[in-house]
Amino acid sequence: MSCWDTVQAYAFRSLGYGERLLPRDDFTICQQVTLIGSGMLWNIYFGLLALIAGFVLANAVAVAKASNNIWLRRPANWFILIFRGSPLFIQFFLAYFLFLTLKQSTGAFSWLTSAWAGALIVLFLNTAAYTAEIFYGALRSVPKGEVEAADAYGMTGWSRFRRVIWPTMMRLAWPAYTNEAIFLFHATTLVFFAGFPIVKQGGDALYYASYFADKTFNPFVPYPILAGFFILLTLCVIGIFGLINKRLNRHLPQQEKRKLRYRPQLIR
Amino acid sequence: MGLYWAFGTVLILLAITAPAALMFGFGGAMAARSNVLPMRWFGKGYIAIVRGVPDIAFFLFFVIALDQGFEWMRHQYLCPDWDQPIRQGNDFVVCQAAKLPLGDAPQWVHEVYGFFTAVLTFAIVFGAFAANVLFGAMNAVPKGQIETAQAYGMTPAQIFRRITVPQMWVYALPGLSNLWMVLIKATPLLFLLGVEDIVYWARELGSSKTPRFTDYPHGDWRLWYFLGLLVFYLSFTKLSEFVLERIMKRLTHGQATLGGAS
Repeated sequence: MSCWDTVQAYAFRSLGYGERLLPRDDFTICQQVTLIGSGMLWNIYFGLLALIAGFVLANAVAVAKASNNIWLRRPANWFILIFRGSPLFIQFFLAYFLFLTLKQSTGAFSWLTSAWAGALIVLFLNTAAYTAEIFYGALRSVPKGEVEAADAYGMTGWSRFRRVIWPTMMRLAWPAYTNEAIFLFHATTLVFFAGFPIVKQGGDALYYASYFADKTFNPFVPYPILAGFFILLTLCVIGIFGLINKRLNRHLPQQEKRKLRYRPQLIR
Repeated sequence: MGLYWAFGTVLILLAITAPAALMFGFGGAMAARSNVLPMRWFGKGYIAIVRGVPDIAFFLFFVIALDQGFEWMRHQYLCPDWDQPIRQGNDFVVCQAAKLPLGDAPQWVHEVYGFFTAVLTFAIVFGAFAANVLFGAMNAVPKGQIETAQAYGMTPAQIFRRITVPQMWVYALPGLSNLWMVLIKATPLLFLLGVEDIVYWARELGSSKTPRFTDYPHGDWRLWYFLGLLVFYLSFTKLSEFVLERIMKRLTHGQATLGGAS
């Protein structure tokens, strides 16, 4: 089987298309690269959707945390505390068994126990909490002069928030948010190791990497391949976020532009 | 009973890993600051690679890699006249005497060995993060201090020992406390490394038909066990946050920084 055949057979294996049986012996580098790459599709799916949805929720939570109304502030605080204070791994387990109980007691919501929905919800809430904390910090450090200038122009409420506060908040939060995004993609590898079942051996990149490591008992090939894929993904994220950062800061003089630095904030 | 021991396992892991990771981090930071170019490359490469790749991948990788590395070294040492290749197809073959732990060792040796590789893995991974923090902290020590020491005629080693190291801790503490939080939250990953930790026991005890504990049959309680774990971790992080705040206050006492109020 040539390498091209392998790619055709396994490129979408993680989604359930293509060859049904995984290779069992005589593993080639090509098979490993193709299958681990195919698993990356799941990582990208989880990361991208959780990132987009989490961004929206994080804005709401950050504003709620900064509000004067105690009934808005308190739930936001609790939400952030719970999702930032406990390990993501435990959250996955808890959510899975919660959904399982829900499924058994009501019969509905069976789709929640599958990884594509259930894990996505957990990741979404988790990244929303971390991002909300970043945005809240940025919101607190919006320069007072800008808000006062907006007041002087007669802007209030929504228009002041949308035209003055929010853009500055984004600008300040962006470097930290980039790290959060990179880190979220790394966290997606936990999904299939934390309770959520793997249907027909269609897992994510780490699942395939550990599959090969188990079968060949040689960790020195699949894990570096996985590392290569993730470094590539990280570079893409940095590139895209760097472009957005450039656009957010386009009005600043060149020297003052804050450079985007890759400083991930470890595990959650 | 196992569940309670497992909480102990987690706490012991934290107690051993934190200093070990700090040592690795110290070595890494020193290597990254070294004047010798290959050492510097090594230190910077170590920091960059471990941080750029998902940590679970590293956990899974190092457990096998360390195991095989130890066995390979023992194999070289104990059986010099072994003529077959070590990698035969899909198998990793070393001579009987080099097996780790030995094939006839009691169960607890296996468990301790597994725990030991887990600690070493955690130390390597978190060492890289700690190295990054300490590297920044060493560079943050005010230049004036170093120059004064040079004016007194201290050698670079003396400066490092007497000036840089004692002073860097204040700068390192915020990063290190962040790292400690992260370390707490990484402990459930022990489960993936094959150690019987609290996640393992929560799954075992909670599931409805446990063959080992048929005395108290009950339904599926895993949800409640995991809720308990969640609360345990939440209170643990909250407690550490409180303690670290106190330490920070103490360390910055009388310092001319924004954090050092009076």
